[in-house]
Amino acid sequence: MTNLSAQLVMYEEEVRQIQAVADRLQQDSRARAILVVDKNGQLIAASGSASDLDTTSLSSLVAGNVAATGGIAKLIEEDEFHGQFHEGKGISVHMTIVGRRVILVVLFDKSTTHGLVRLRVKKASVELAAVLEEVAKKAESPQVNVFAEITDQDIDNLFND
Amino acid sequence: MSFINYSSREINCKLVYYGPGLCGKTTNLQYIYNKTKADAKGKMISLATETERTLFFDFLPLSLGEIRGFRTRFHLYTVPGQVFYDASRKLILKGVDGVCFVADSQMERMEANIESLENLRDNLTEQGYDLDKLPYVVQYNKRDLPSAVPVEELSEALNPTRVPEFDAIATSGEGVFDTLKALAKQVLTELRKGG
Ligand SMILES: Nc1nc2c(ncn2[C@@H]2O[C@H](COP(=O)(O)OP(=O)(O)OP(=O)(O)O)[C@@H](O)[C@H]2O)c(=O)[nH]1
Ligand SMILES: [Mg+2]
Repeated sequence: MTNLSAQLVMYEEEVRQIQAVADRLQQDSRARAILVVDKNGQLIAASGSASDLDTTSLSSLVAGNVAATGGIAKLIEEDEFHGQFHEGKGISVHMTIVGRRVILVVLFDKSTTHGLVRLRVKKASVELAAVLEEVAKKAESPQVNVFAEITDQDIDNLFND
Repeated sequence: MSFINYSSREINCKLVYYGPGLCGKTTNLQYIYNKTKADAKGKMISLATETERTLFFDFLPLSLGEIRGFRTRFHLYTVPGQVFYDASRKLILKGVDGVCFVADSQMERMEANIESLENLRDNLTEQGYDLDKLPYVVQYNKRDLPSAVPVEELSEALNPTRVPEFDAIATSGEGVFDTLKALAKQVLTELRKGG
């Protein structure tokens, strides 16, 4: 079980793997864009036409949305909802929770179907879960803290420009 | 919960503005938004009622400079202060790295301040946090109003642990950045200890 309140640290290797999963999912499902968002609203990876999107805002709202439905699930004593689907006129959104701490978001249009998206998301979720296991494992073994060396001066400098 | 990404070389931290209804949390964020250069901020999102009361949260992403080659980003959130939105407040506190308690200086809001502060403590405890161990600052807002209680009195009632405290008039911006900087500094200092 991963410690959900612990600091999330992602190293290049895992970010690269998550990116690869997102890229593959985007192609296989013919989606517009894929976002991999931490449950606290921070973007981990994006793929497809994500660069046209305000991914920071989207990530925060997606996380808020999932947190709210998670709250509803708790109230009605349902286990966390695993996914959500919002159908729009042009673009639809499919969200899935992976490994209890990451949200896999697929934005897609009429050039694919919800069925295909669901199918590909299933496969991608398994791959993503495996990478997240790695991340959790690494977090358990002590790592070098690059910030151990920062000085008060470094911190002050941030605010002086 | 800060998020350190070695791939994009970024640190992300979550700061939450807490306090009773109408104390000025949203106004703090609006001022910060208005006074921050375009390249250092993202869109401010306000999920609010028709009457501009916060319904779920306000969100403002800020990007400060770099520390040791890592871009520092702060995600600012406000909670809805109205008492009956407690379930939403709990959700916003998840993953918090630092808290600013915004108090309403007006005499008639004293009880609301105390109640909200207790609520903050309870909700943090429920999530496994301890307010006394978190980066934490207190802001006494609405210093411009005639019924403002003297700061010494507010401090005694609302800041028994003597964390950094600031007078503010969020509508004109007085004290707003001092508050933010003090909190951000504490959060970064915490990072040095290894989070
Ligand atoms: N006079 C005065 N008014 C203020 C000050 N700060 C905020 N206000 C006003 O107080 C009212 C409420 O401010 P908000 O920022 O919306 O309050 P809030 O804490 O976000 O309230 P909720 O969203 O309900 O929790 C607005 O009309 C503000 O203009 C201040 O320093 N002085
Ligand atoms: Mg508000």
